[in-house]
Amino acid sequence: MVQAIYTIQENTALTELVYKMVLEGDTSALTAPGQFVNIQLEGKFLRRPISVCDFDESTITLLYKVVGEGTEQMAHMTVGQTLDVLVGLGNGFDTAKSGDTPVLIGGGVGVPPMYNLCKKLLKEGKSVQVILGFNTKNEIFYEDEFKALGATVYVATADGSYGTKGFVTDVLKNLNYTYFYTCGPMPMFKAIETTVVTSGQYSFEERMGCGFGACMGCSCKTKYGNKRICREGPVLEREEVIW
Amino acid sequence: MVNTKVNLCGIDLENPVIPASGTFGFGYEFAELYDINCLGTFSFKGTTLEPRFGNPTPRIAECTSGMINAVGLQNPGVEKVISEELPKLAKCFHKPVMANVSGFSVDAYAETCRLLDTQDQVGWLEVNISCPNVHGGGMSFGTDPAQAAIVTKAVKEVTKKPVIIKLSPNVTDIVAIAKACEEAGADGISLINTLLGMRIDLKIKKPIIANKMGGFSGSAIFPVAVRMVYQVSQAVNIPVVGMGGVSTAKDVIEMMLAGATAVEVGAANLVNPCACRDIINDLPKVMKQYGIKDLNDIIGGAH
Repeated sequence: MVQAIYTIQENTALTELVYKMVLEGDTSALTAPGQFVNIQLEGKFLRRPISVCDFDESTITLLYKVVGEGTEQMAHMTVGQTLDVLVGLGNGFDTAKSGDTPVLIGGGVGVPPMYNLCKKLLKEGKSVQVILGFNTKNEIFYEDEFKALGATVYVATADGSYGTKGFVTDVLKNLNYTYFYTCGPMPMFKAIETTVVTSGQYSFEERMGCGFGACMGCSCKTKYGNKRICREGPVLEREEVIW
Repeated sequence: MVNTKVNLCGIDLENPVIPASGTFGFGYEFAELYDINCLGTFSFKGTTLEPRFGNPTPRIAECTSGMINAVGLQNPGVEKVISEELPKLAKCFHKPVMANVSGFSVDAYAETCRLLDTQDQVGWLEVNISCPNVHGGGMSFGTDPAQAAIVTKAVKEVTKKPVIIKLSPNVTDIVAIAKACEEAGADGISLINTLLGMRIDLKIKKPIIANKMGGFSGSAIFPVAVRMVYQVSQAVNIPVVGMGGVSTAKDVIEMMLAGATAVEVGAANLVNPCACRDIINDLPKVMKQYGIKDLNDIIGGAH
């Protein structure tokens, strides 16, 4: 974990409500895909936890959806402004267990952490399939970016306006895969849990206080004992999750 | 040179800054970021006789200049605190620590305190009496002077280390409760615990927190805390530890002027994990700015 000041390099809208923000600064604390950052915003008491979409030696890319006052404030920030950010939070995804042909499933704002994970798995020589789920065509983002990495990409929309009509599970049930990784809303997780045929990892979301394990605000029970979503999570293995 | 050293119930503190229970875990998350030996001490996560998972989530809600939490005293239980947490803590913190204790019966308070009292690492016992009494219809020990006195007496009978009773502000007369604790043998008083609060989610039209209500903390409650520390410290002859919304070195000085011998910092740690280190670093400079040579000279200075 590092607390530092980051400079906004880019902050642009990808869809009506989803924005891409690129931050420049110390990324040394990021060690795995699926970790998150916690951003201090002027006038807000608690920081805003946002998952990391991608990172390199000097930049962090965040894709965030405007869902409340904090993210609304972020959407209005401009290039050159600075943010106080806690970086390198959470455990992230473990790619060691993926097998040769893992499937990545992202639903809505659960899509971003899949990107750096996809990059890492491809780099490790794995053949990656990605399923992106959205409500409707206008909400789709990052389909081309995943394709550009070299993954096989499937898109599902609930209203059928693009790709497969239905949910990510309507695509998933027809695929062959060795392992799964997913991030998205709870109803999607429950549907995945009844569809998947392999082991895998779920990335969970919870209201957090500190984001680094001090306040116990985001605890959950697992088959392996109590865990803090912000510290021992947000990624939990399928075998340990209590639904 | 200024003097920041104070004495809390017979134990010297290099400075009066103490991270408050529940905002600092058992220290190691923070030891990753800075050397926590710069602290006066810290009050560790509220410990109960039995392990507790606490309340369902969501446990956290944001407020203007503050937050509400309803964690529900999640902790591994006193046995594991002694066998696992304290040995780990010994590696990163070399000063006496403040053991924060909660309970749901008089016997549970006494037994938890008795066990922690045997630990060399523990300097003080801070007894949180804001919990409901399961044998008393769920009413909090801390809302009734007689009940507060019974807990204090029971803990004092089985311990040798200084006992600091941590008071709830959710009462009609906090002075009466403080006095009852002093008469029952308390060595110190700490206040204030969180204020009972609620936020409602406009989208779902229900309370944000699963437990509905929770403890409101953060800079918004600072004036309430200063007022109560001022009142209590005038009424008792034992040291008072002030807390509630403290987030800067100026706040520490204000709390001491109100009558605090030492000052706990809570919610600020969750927002800025280095808050206490920053306050400690700023303290000598701010003391000079206000012409203060020795913090001991200003305790209760506003009375």
